[in-house]
Order: sequence, then structure tokens, then C-alpha cells
Amino acid sequence: MVTRDALASTLVTLVQMAAVVALTPLLIGMMRATRARLEGRAGGRLTQPSRDLLKLLRREPLQADGTSLVSRAGPVALMATSLMLAALLPLVATRTSARVPDDLFVVVSVLLLGSVSLALVGLDSGSAFGGMGSSRHMTIAALLEPTVLLAVYALSIPAGSSVLSDIVATRAESPGTVISPVSLLALAALVMVILAETGRLPVDNPSTHLELTMVHEAMVLESSGRDLGWLELGSWMRLTVLLGLLGNVTTPWGIAGSAAPLTVALGLIALVAKVLGLGVAIAAVEVFLAKVRLFRVPELLAASFVLAFLAVSASYLVTGVAT
Amino acid sequence: MSPLVWAAVTAAAGGSVVSWLAPAPRRSLAAGIVAVLQATAGVALGVAVLGGARVDMALAPRGTALAALGRLTVQPTALGALFLVVMSAVALVAAVFAIGYVRGPSDSRTAWTSWFVFVAGLQLVAVAGDAVSFLLGWELMALGSTALVFTEHAARTAVRSAGLWYAAMTHLSFLLVLSGMAVLAGHAGSVDLDAIAAARPGGHTATLAWLLLATGFLTKAGAVPLHVWLPRAHPEAPSHVSAVMSGAMVKAGVYGLLLVSLRLLPAGPRWWAVALLVVGLVSAAYGILQASVTSDLKRLLAYSTTENVGLMITTIGLADLYRAADRDDLAQVALVATGLLVVSHAAFKTLLFLVAGSVLHATGERDLDRLGGLGPRMPVTSVTFAVGALAAAALPVTSGFVAEWVLLQALVRGGAPSDPVLAALLPAAMGVVALTAGLALLTFAKAFGIGCLARPRSDGATAAHEGSRWMGGALVAAAAVVVGLGIAPGPLSRSLASALAPGAASASPLGGVSLPGLGIGLDPLGLTLLALGCAAPVLGAAAWWARRAPRRRVELGWGCGGARVSPRMQYTATSYAEPLVRVFGQALDPRRELEVEHYDESRHLIHGIRYRHEVGDPVESGLYARGLRGVAALGERARSLQNGSIQRYLGYSFGALLVVLLVVSAW
Amino acid sequence: MTWAAIAGLVRRTGRVAEPVPEAPERSELAAPFAGSVQVRHVDAGSCNGCEIEVAAAFGPVHDAERYGARLVASPRHADGVLVTGVVTHNMAEPLRRTVEATPRPRVVVALGDCAVDCGLFRGAQGVVGSAEDVVPVDLKVPGCPPRPEQIVAALREVTGR
Repeated sequence: MVTRDALASTLVTLVQMAAVVALTPLLIGMMRATRARLEGRAGGRLTQPSRDLLKLLRREPLQADGTSLVSRAGPVALMATSLMLAALLPLVATRTSARVPDDLFVVVSVLLLGSVSLALVGLDSGSAFGGMGSSRHMTIAALLEPTVLLAVYALSIPAGSSVLSDIVATRAESPGTVISPVSLLALAALVMVILAETGRLPVDNPSTHLELTMVHEAMVLESSGRDLGWLELGSWMRLTVLLGLLGNVTTPWGIAGSAAPLTVALGLIALVAKVLGLGVAIAAVEVFLAKVRLFRVPELLAASFVLAFLAVSASYLVTGVAT
Repeated sequence: MSPLVWAAVTAAAGGSVVSWLAPAPRRSLAAGIVAVLQATAGVALGVAVLGGARVDMALAPRGTALAALGRLTVQPTALGALFLVVMSAVALVAAVFAIGYVRGPSDSRTAWTSWFVFVAGLQLVAVAGDAVSFLLGWELMALGSTALVFTEHAARTAVRSAGLWYAAMTHLSFLLVLSGMAVLAGHAGSVDLDAIAAARPGGHTATLAWLLLATGFLTKAGAVPLHVWLPRAHPEAPSHVSAVMSGAMVKAGVYGLLLVSLRLLPAGPRWWAVALLVVGLVSAAYGILQASVTSDLKRLLAYSTTENVGLMITTIGLADLYRAADRDDLAQVALVATGLLVVSHAAFKTLLFLVAGSVLHATGERDLDRLGGLGPRMPVTSVTFAVGALAAAALPVTSGFVAEWVLLQALVRGGAPSDPVLAALLPAAMGVVALTAGLALLTFAKAFGIGCLARPRSDGATAAHEGSRWMGGALVAAAAVVVGLGIAPGPLSRSLASALAPGAASASPLGGVSLPGLGIGLDPLGLTLLALGCAAPVLGAAAWWARRAPRRRVELGWGCGGARVSPRMQYTATSYAEPLVRVFGQALDPRRELEVEHYDESRHLIHGIRYRHEVGDPVESGLYARGLRGVAALGERARSLQNGSIQRYLGYSFGALLVVLLVVSAW
Repeated sequence: MTWAAIAGLVRRTGRVAEPVPEAPERSELAAPFAGSVQVRHVDAGSCNGCEIEVAAAFGPVHDAERYGARLVASPRHADGVLVTGVVTHNMAEPLRRTVEATPRPRVVVALGDCAVDCGLFRGAQGVVGSAEDVVPVDLKVPGCPPRPEQIVAALREVTGR
């Protein structure tokens, strides 16, 4: 029986990974299309990002003298961590039976491993811009970490577990926790975290051409061909999985609780709907935003930290009294 | 097991003799091998005790001069044995490294003798069964390490001031511990640690003893604000010595704190625990913040030691707090976290200091701003550096990740505590620990990325080369321990649980840590397999496309079409940390100087620009500088007492005599 | 600008993109790129007339992005280099380096009379020559400046869409 359960959970994991890989270019296409429509443009087709990716992956990478193995290994490492996130997080189904539970701290460390790979690729290019992007990226990541942990921790208190699947399952069972003040505070912090972590406005402008304002783009200026393809796909996949997680935390319905084919299919449909919905919403809001000055970003992050901190303290003090 | 004790003692004595007799060209090998034996004896003894062997013996033979000090009992507990293994293992790896590394003053007779004294002191502290042998070990450790810090005093003047700071602070620590032990021994009427523990002092005696001991141990551990010796002594000592100082010696302070909180004064008031927790958190945050903005590799590692020690102290305070709140299960988890942090930090910090030694040996530079491009030039050093940096940044799959994971579990598993103090402290602690982890990530991405990647920034770095095989072997061994503990922490966490938290039945499998009573486990082996499983398809696809479009080497990186692409245009460690200096400006006290020189002809033409950027240590410049100024002012005023007149001096003597006589007669 | 003002602007503007003109003939230039072409633009010494037209070509009305073309920040990301203006002494080496920094296969498009044959500035001081004198050119778009429609047509020839 163990083998059968293991097989089922492996299959669900593979479905999740495949779903994220397939969904990612579509998500980016939808976000670009949304933005284009609001700006009065026609915009590219929805399949354009996947065309771009396939072309990049087929193209030759260049390697300049003075760059090291990290320039080659970093993109693969980023891509591998993004796949790990897709495998670990509760996206299509909540699974706690797997050998590696989707513990919050494990997930965050995998996320950070990807961030570090990207930062090292930026440093390895040996150009001023690569280092600059890397430095900014790591500063933001460092200041984000307290918010990430506290925000998700605040959500985890009702579940009494730091395993994300348990959190989502608990929220699905008791909808009252979803709209509690603690939960809303934590979600607001989480949204800030996701925007900053994936380099969206107002922290970073994904479509900038001006090197001095870049964060993410500056790190990949030196990468080309296949390397760039992995970097782009890996970074976009982070957006997909984080939006998927956000979707399942805010609206924990539809996600499969077992490995039965029908529920998994339903979970898949729900995931696609949630991710695309959130993506379109973010793209629409981005039209109204300008990038904030880089040195104002820490203030933004501090504000989101305060929200997360309030959420945890409130839930400690308030539920402590109530129960 | 007493033969192992005598083996360690003999090795220490014999090693000192060997280092005096062996001729210079052979000295490092001869003395180094004895040092390896000394450390091995310590590891073996510790493992035997952890395996259940009992040792109870006196070091001082009856009728000898040593016996005047007391019996000098060697009676290691499981806790002491754990630290004995950690300290000896660190010394073992560092000794192997030293064989290939030492030269000049660090290969002198004095240096080697000091080494043996130092390591013997460390081992004695861990196994001591009474206060006298504990203090003897403490002082041997202090003396040996002070001599070693002074090793290169002739070559660099910075060494002298660092050595003075270190000597002052380490003896402050000794005096505090001595006084604390004296208070306890006076109350118990015995110097035996068991007797002291059984006496259970209370009230003001306990508070006084706790304050003295805790301050003494915190000084040795390098906690803020008593850390000032650490960022001076670690960088200036030879690197293999820095490795032992950071990997093993500061652990003596942690061992002392554990000794106090678990054995000597276990049932203290809650403010002790809160004080430890706060000191720990402040040390962690301050240490890593300083580490993140410094560009001196060894200074960076030293500040990171303050950070890690801070985390250990946090877990000790947390365990005490949980115990006071009747949550023994959580207290045990916190103690297991302490143990994992100790072992993990010993492993990776030793590795990183040895890496710094290897870099220094090869390039003559320890300033990250002048390094770079070491990857292809020093492959072994660079790869082991990467492993150590991953562990220091607490990323999988290294020992650092496992330790951090258990620490965070200990913090979040408190649930919603009904106790308001815990409810207020835990979220704050979690925020600080998470910020610490984030900054550690930046710090070590910077250290590794600037040090090893891209192009060399100085001639020294351009000419870098790998050192001897002894050095490479030591690096690889230390890296293997870091990764091994990261992939299979099961046996370690089991023995930690039995040594630190007896009664906690932990059934951790080989590949993972499972926390007793919490129903959660970490399986790094599974995580590793998952990572390999995820990397495999990516690598496969990359290999498939690589056949159609192979990688092409080009001469120049993209520098926006610029014709002058010099390595000096790369980001440096200083520039990397610049955003952080802005964000944390108030806590870092950065100083910037900008001088613009103009041509005589016109103020509009610039001849040259000089820019200086320095980040100080506000604790040092605020607290210590003010204190030292006060002492100096006092001394200045005391000079008026000395005016050279014989009559006045005779008067002083007479007065002093009178006072003594009065006191004696009144007694 | 308030959010309400932006929302009003979005509503009033609607869609301004012009209808898609007829697709160009298939060109062998498009073969390696499968309908996705990233372009790095180099101003080698232009009067900025062509730049305005390039901006218009990628703007809302002509919207070259819908045919799979996109401007990028680094030649490492690019499939093609768009050269405008006569090549001046100071820009000859950077232009050469930019083309060299682009992965192969790549296309170089000379845009505007100046880039094609030096136009007005032929023989002027500080001018090295046309783009073709410095780097191999695959496609020429004459005009002073070329109209956005022409630029879009040239880009569509490369994207094949």
C-alpha cells in the first residue's frame, strides 16, 4: 500500500511540475496582454512568451573570458529550484504524506537558494551592472525574509503547523479563518513579498531598458541563449508558484485533497483559474503604479514587515484571550 | 578510558618538547603530527564518553606541587564530552591544515608550544570535574591563544593592538568566571562541580554568581557588547589559529553558559532567561549587520561568529524560558537547536577560516575588494568556500540549514502562548532571527561572489595558486563534514538529544531530524534526492540543446560597448553592501570623506578626487572609547598624587601602614 | 495623477492600435527565429529622427510587439541589432562590439538613409561611414526618416509574421 500511495503522490507531484511549466508562459502572456490592452495597444499573442523561450533555449550561449562555471551552473540551479518549488508547494493538491513535507522553512530556503543562484550569476558577469543588480537583489531578499516567515507563520497559527499543505487544508475546512483580521493582515504582507520577490512593480520594473533602474534585468544582462532561457523560465516560474500559493491561501477551494484523478483534474482547473486571475489583477494594478525609488523600497518592505508582525502579535494576544 | 586522558596530556607535553627540538624545516611536520595525535585523543575520549564510558580521575598526582591546587578532577559529562569532541575535531582539522600552512613566525617554537597549551586548555575546560581544573583549563586556553594572537606582531603593527585588546578582554573573562566560581564554591564548601550543583544556592548568592559567570562566559563567547576583541583578534591571528579560536574557543563560552543553565544554577528566575534571549538576539543581529558591510574577509567571518554565537545564546535563553513555562518538550527542542548550531558552526566556521587562510596564503590579500577570479585559479579552495558559505547562509543541504531549521521550529512551535512575556518575545525573536538569516545570505553571497567569481581585482589575486596538499586535504575534510551533517544529521541529533536533553526519546532516522513530541521531521536526504530529480531533466534538456548549439567562448563580457573594460569596473564588496549601509545607517555609523583637488588655474577643473568610506563599530566607539577616555582622565588626575617629593611618598607609606594596622586590629 | 484619472484615461483611450497590414513575403532571414525576434538598438550617430520613428513603431498605434519583435537592453539577449545614423568615429568600435556580443545567427538592420549610405552626412567630419562599412548588414530600410510602417514591415520580415 505504501508503494501505491507513494506512486500516487509522485504522480501528483509530476502533474504539478508539468502544470507549472506549461502554465508559466501563458501567465506571462496574459499579464503582458492585460497591460497592452489597458495601454491601448494590441499586444503580442498569448503564445509569444513560449515562442520566445523555445527560441532562447535553442540558441547558442556565449561565455566571456573571466566568467566561471557559475555562469553555466547558476541558470540550471535556478531552474531546478523553481521546479522543486513546483513539486513542493500545495498547488494542485495538498499532500502531507510525501517524504519531504512542504514545510515553510524548507520552501523558503529553496526559494532563497534560487535567489542566490541568480545573484551569483549577476556577480560572475564581472560587469558593473551585474554586480549592481546582484547587490540590490540580495538586499531586497535579505529585508524580505522576516516578512515572509512572519506572514506565513501568522497564517499557520490556526493550523498549528508550519506545513503549507496543512495550512491550506485547515483554511479550506474553516472559511472563517480566511477573512479574519489576522489573515487579512498577513495576506497583505504576503502580496508585498510576492511582488518584491518576483521583481514586479513598484519594486522593480520588469520591462525597463534603463540599466541604472534595473534589479532583475541587470543580473541577467550578460546571459545569452540557453542560459538566459533557463533564467527567464526559472524566474517566471517563481511568480507562478507564488501566485498559486497565494491563490490557494486566499481561496482554498478546489484544491485536491486526495490523489483521485477527478479531484486532481478539478484542482488543476482551479489552479489555472486562480493563477491567471491573480496575474491579470496584478498586471492591471501595475498600470496604475510607478516604480518607487530604490532607496524607498526598504520603507515599503518595513511596512509589510509591520503588517506581518502585527498579524502574529494580534493572533497571539487576541486568540490567547479568546480561548 | 583514563589512558586517553594521559595520551592527550602526553601529546601536549611531548608536542611542546618536539617543537623545541625539531629543526625548522621539519618542525611543522613533526609538531603538526603530534598536534593531530593530541586532537585525536580528545575526539576518541569524547566519543567514548558519549558512548557511555565513565571517566573519573585526578590529574594531579599526590605529593607533587600540582596537588597544591587540588585534585584537578577529570570527570566529563555527556555535555562536556560533546564539546570535547567538537573542540578536538576543530583542532584536528586545523592542525592538518597548519602542517602545510605555517611559515615564518607561525612556525616558530613559541607558536607551536602555545598551540599545544591552547588545545590542552580547551580540552581541560570540557572535561573538568571541579572548578579548579575548569579555571586552570580556562587560563591555559587564554594564555595559549593570547600568545598565538601575537604571533605576527613583528610584521604588522595592527597585531599588537589586537593582541592587547584580546589579552585584556580574555582576562576580564577569566576574572569574572573565577569570581563567579568562587562565590559558588564558597557557598557549597567544595570546588567539585557536582557538589556545587547539589548545593543549590538561592537568593542574592545565586544572582551574584549568575551575573559574574554569565558575563564572563558571554565575554569569551563574543556576545555584544563584549565582542570587541573578536573582530580584532580573529583577523590578526594566523588563520589556523583563527579557525580554532572561532570554531572551538568561543564554544567554551557557550559551554559555560550551558553548564550554568543546565547544571550549576538550573532553576533561576525568569529574567535570566529573558536577558540571555535579548543578548543573544542583539548579538545575532548586530554581528551579521557588521559582517554584511565589512570587506575584510577574516573580519567578516569574525563578526559572523558573533552572529552565530548570538543564535546559540538565543536558544539557551529560549530553553530556559520554555522550562520556566513548563514546556519541557519545547525546551528540549531548543537545546537540540543549540547543539546543532554549535556543531554546525564549528564545522563551517573552521572551514571558512581555513579557506581564508588558503586565500591569504595564495594571494597575500584578505580584503575582498582586492580579490576575485579565484574560481579557476584555486578550484579546491573555491568549491569548499562555496560549501562553507552555503552553510553559513543556512541553505540546504548543509549542516547550517539543519541547525537553523530546528531553531525556527523551536521558535514557532510555542503555539499561541497564554503567557504575555512569551507572546511578546517570540514574534520579535522570530523577526530578528529571520532578518539575521536574510543578512547572512547577503553576506556570504557577497563573500563568495566577490572573492571567487568574475575577474581578479589585484595582482595578488591574478597570481593565485592552490596551496599544499595538507591544506587542500583539511579543506576537503571540513567541507565533507559540513555536507555530511547536512545530508544525514540523524546520528548527530540523536546523540545531541541524549547529551543535552536527557529523557527526550528521539528516534531520528539516519537521514533526518525528527523532533520529539512535535510530530515534525526534516529529511535532508529526501530533499537532496528531490533536488537531484529536479536538476536531472533540466540538465538533460540542456545537454540535448547543447549538441545543436554549443557554447561559444568570446573574449569580452558585455560592457555596454565600452572599450575600456577593466577589472576595476567590477562591483566590489564595499559597493555590494552600500544599499545596506544606507538602510541601516543609524546602527552602523558610516563615515564618508570626500576630498576634491582642483587645478590651480581654475576651480572648475578637477585634478583628483579622494574618497574614503569606513564603517565603524558603534558599540566600540560609543561604549568602550568613552570608558577608556574616562579611565585616562582618572589617570591624568591621579598624576597629581605623584609629584616626586620623597616626603610625600613617605607620608603615603605611613598612611597605608596605619590603615592596614587599623583594619587588622578591628577584624 | 490619481488612480481615477488614470482609469478615465484608460477608458477614453480604448484601443488605438491600427489594423494589421498584410503579412510580408516569407524571407529566409526569419528562418532561425521562429517568430520571436529581440532587437538591440544602437544609435551610431543619429540625429534622433529615426529614434522617434522607432519609438512610434513600438508604440501603441503601430505596435510592433504584436508581430513578435521586442526591444531588449543587452545584445546578449538579442537576435538582431538595429543601427540608426551614420557611424561616427566614437561609435564605430562600440557598434562592432555590440554586433560581436550578439549570439549567432543574428541579423543587422540598417535603419534610415544615414545608416544605409550616410545620407546627408556623407563625407562629413568625424564620420566613418555607413553601417555596412563597419559591420555586415542583412537588411536595409531607407528613408529620412523611414516611416513607422516601413520599420514595422522590416521587422515583420525578420520575425516572419
